[in-house]
Amino acid sequence: MAVPLMLYTLVILPFLAALLIAIGSSHGRALHSGLAAAGSALGLALILGIAGRVIGGDVLAVSVPWVPVIGLDFSLMIDPLGLMFAGLILGIGLLVVIFGHFYLASDEATGRFFASLMLFQGAMLGIVLSGNVLLLLVFWELTSLSSFLLIGFWRDKAEARQGARMALAVTGGGGLVLIAGMVLLGTIAGSFDLMTILERGDIIQASPLYPVMLVLILIGCFTKSAQFPFHFWLPHAMAAPTPVSAYLHSATMVKAGVFLLARLWPVLSGTELYTVIVTSVGLITMLMGAWVALFKHDLKGILAYSTISQLGLLVMLLGFSLEMAAVAAVLHILNHAAFKAALFMSAGIVDHETGTRDIRRLGGLAKVMPITAIVATLAAAAMAGLPPLGGFISKEMMLDETLHVGLFGISWLVPVVATIAATLSVAYSLRLAVHLFFGKPREAEPHARAHDPGAGMWASPAFLVILAVLLGLVPMALAGPLVSSVAGAVIGNAAPPLGLALWHGVNVALGMSLAAVAIGALLLWRHAGLLRGYEAMRHLDAKALFDRTLGAADREVRKLIVATHSPSLQRMLFASFAVIVALVAEGALTGGGTLTGARAGQPASAVAIIAWGLLIAATIAVVRAQRQRFLVLIYISVIGLIITLAFVHFSAPDLALTQISVEVVTILLLLLALNLLPKTPPLLSSQPRRYRDALLAIGGGLGIGGAAWAMLTRNPNDPISSFHLANSYSGGGGTNVVNVTLVDFRAFDTLGEIIVLGIAGLAIFALLDTTSRGAAGARLRSWQEDMPHSPERHPLMFVMATRILLPLVLAVGIYIFLRGHNQPGGGFIAALVVAIAFLLQYLASGFDWTDARRRVGEHLLIASGVLVAMATGLGSLVFGANFLTSSFGYFQVPLVGEVELATALLFDIGVFAVVFGAVMQALAQLSQISQRAARAHAAQVEAQQQGSEP
Amino acid sequence: MIGYAVIFAFVCLSLALTLNLWRLLKGPTVGDRIVALDTMVINAIAAIILIGIATVNDTYYEAALLLAMVGFIGTVAYCKFLLRGDIVE
Repeated sequence: MAVPLMLYTLVILPFLAALLIAIGSSHGRALHSGLAAAGSALGLALILGIAGRVIGGDVLAVSVPWVPVIGLDFSLMIDPLGLMFAGLILGIGLLVVIFGHFYLASDEATGRFFASLMLFQGAMLGIVLSGNVLLLLVFWELTSLSSFLLIGFWRDKAEARQGARMALAVTGGGGLVLIAGMVLLGTIAGSFDLMTILERGDIIQASPLYPVMLVLILIGCFTKSAQFPFHFWLPHAMAAPTPVSAYLHSATMVKAGVFLLARLWPVLSGTELYTVIVTSVGLITMLMGAWVALFKHDLKGILAYSTISQLGLLVMLLGFSLEMAAVAAVLHILNHAAFKAALFMSAGIVDHETGTRDIRRLGGLAKVMPITAIVATLAAAAMAGLPPLGGFISKEMMLDETLHVGLFGISWLVPVVATIAATLSVAYSLRLAVHLFFGKPREAEPHARAHDPGAGMWASPAFLVILAVLLGLVPMALAGPLVSSVAGAVIGNAAPPLGLALWHGVNVALGMSLAAVAIGALLLWRHAGLLRGYEAMRHLDAKALFDRTLGAADREVRKLIVATHSPSLQRMLFASFAVIVALVAEGALTGGGTLTGARAGQPASAVAIIAWGLLIAATIAVVRAQRQRFLVLIYISVIGLIITLAFVHFSAPDLALTQISVEVVTILLLLLALNLLPKTPPLLSSQPRRYRDALLAIGGGLGIGGAAWAMLTRNPNDPISSFHLANSYSGGGGTNVVNVTLVDFRAFDTLGEIIVLGIAGLAIFALLDTTSRGAAGARLRSWQEDMPHSPERHPLMFVMATRILLPLVLAVGIYIFLRGHNQPGGGFIAALVVAIAFLLQYLASGFDWTDARRRVGEHLLIASGVLVAMATGLGSLVFGANFLTSSFGYFQVPLVGEVELATALLFDIGVFAVVFGAVMQALAQLSQISQRAARAHAAQVEAQQQGSEP
Repeated sequence: MIGYAVIFAFVCLSLALTLNLWRLLKGPTVGDRIVALDTMVINAIAAIILIGIATVNDTYYEAALLLAMVGFIGTVAYCKFLLRGDIVE
């Protein structure tokens, strides 16, 4: 397969799998996990297919511009570092999918689970394969979001929701900081291309912005990789299902920070600042995580803190700025992924089989679950760093490297603290294995039904543990070439020669390792006493602190909102209009030029003057009657009518048609709303304030009038107007310039507008659909009908007349739609006319009758409209033209004659569907509220009658 | 000849529209106002046709057609509102 295609396929595969799983979410668990496994396996096969080339030194890359203006290219590249991580993501992903298939009950929302898991896999692959740092940020955010979905998978559990929110706040917040850091990095380096950045280490480290950039990027990495003091989210993320914990919170997502540190190692590391910050943060995290892990009781809690500790170790190694330490980090990433995922899965098995994860209630499980015991004990031994397992080799390399680093000028600090942390990690690892599987059963209950699960569940952890063992027994054969080539990619040069082996002779590191094991075993022996001491101490509750901080921020923001945002509509409108009027006045007064332009006026006919007089009279009537809302509506109709005449008079037939149909729809919607509103509202403002508002209104009117006057007395801005007139037929295939402008010349604007309209339709739904609940619902229930009720609901004459009218109006609507490209009309007007045809049925025959006969819902209309318009635009890309380029042709149709077909017509169908859907949405929602209110009112009346009868 | 007819018709229409508005503003009942509005719509249809005749232009015929077809809906809705409150039951 060609390289570009292969790279794209790699990244797209998981997203495709997620989409397919989501589409088939109503099917069974087997389909979901099968699709997820197929996606992962296919990706893994692709990776393995190129592994030889990449390890051999080829860097495969592909790039297409995405937003070239800001330097964002969709560029992917795979080098040894990316290869190793992609292999981990896909390989462990495959094992986790298999494990998850057996772990989740078949009645759970497995479709949602596996779709989110694949979404995460795609995002993670995107991070490790990005060849552009801005693209990397996009995928970085995606991992935070998909991890939020996965942690909160069990939505009904409060701890899952809170854990998900905390993880999103910390990693998402860190992501924001990272964006700032990356933008600085790209600005300093002069490019956002990763390869270019990696070559400009000297320029970057010499920049005065380097310290700021470094700290920002490090915060991003530390939040993601759960480093002190941002580590607290990881234990709470354990509310996720165990497969998720095994995948995200041990093997992959939390390694994203480590990955980024490794990726940028050539440009960031080596400075004093870098070494001090990264080493000390890693060291503290390693020590603190190991200490807390020793005293946790929840299996997943122990594993979470041990993960924090191990991540600290990795970060520390990368912080040393030593080449050999980078090699050790790479090796330990492999080791940790293997044993930690295996441990998480084992914990999941124990939880699954015994129903508890509390280590105090468990013990002696080796007798009833021998296979799980072997798997988990070997994995724990690897975590403890016992020979002959892989963990031993990387831990010894780590201890050896600590001897070369002096922090704050103290040469013994790092080795001593690292040895203490190693000791603690021996202790918690051994505790996990010993307390869980050996000794006496502590409680009878969880034991009674415990047994080894089916092979499907233990196969994945067993496979990983075999890897962990082989990494210790034959490290050079299994991982030698990979580690040395990955380390080379991290360092940016050839890696130092590698000698991975269990036995390096007697040296200081071996002594430290021995001491760690011995003292660790001692700690385990004395664990009960230590635990009492630990529990007697006071501990900072990070979650409470986080909640308090969040609460305080929330309160402050609320205060700010209350201070700046008045809930009075009158005041807000006054403020916004005052600003607008002031700005316009300022522009008019300082902008120069004259109000009246050079264009000569037209003679005013007597009819036009009379119409103008009527308009003024109706407007004054509206102002005078403003509190009698029904009268105001009638007066507004007069204004609408006269404006229609004005459009006809000034030769704007499209606008006249639009005005007529908009007028009808507006009146209907306003009447629907008025039914629930006070018909004569009380005075809302004091007398002086009303004078103030009147002044503002006059000012605004003068401004608009002045602007209109200035426009109308000037000649049209000719290059634009004449271009449209000249090119309408030849370029857009239509003689109606208005319509060609809407669907062709400015189709991109129209697309944006219909999307906004669609969103507005959905917002109407979201706002009004909730009115039956809460305070609004209570107000609605206490609503009193204040209109008289004539006995006849649906007058027969009216019903019959409107039913005859329906096909006629529909025919006119279709006619207006089809001819729109050449004559006045088009999708927008047609949609309004068709909507009127349906509104008329609602009006005459009632809501229930009409709604029962309607097949297509408003949401579907809006969505399909936007999609059709988008698809039309994208269709032109297929033919190599720009987005939304239109095309047209003339065809001979029997009987009808020559017919023009333009792609713009398809686009217009999209416009039609969205407008129609939005209008119907508004009507349906408004009338549903009235009906709810009427029902509530009727029930109330009935209850009163029943109450008064006896 | 048609020129004089058009002018005569415009004079009549203007007078009619003015009187309509007079009734619409004066009332006294809401029913009067609604009927006045409905008559205004009919006169507006006539005005559009008349403009077409005067300028020898059939472009505006559809506007008149549409107004004739949907113009009464506002009237009906106002009446329904007066009678029942909720116009879509």
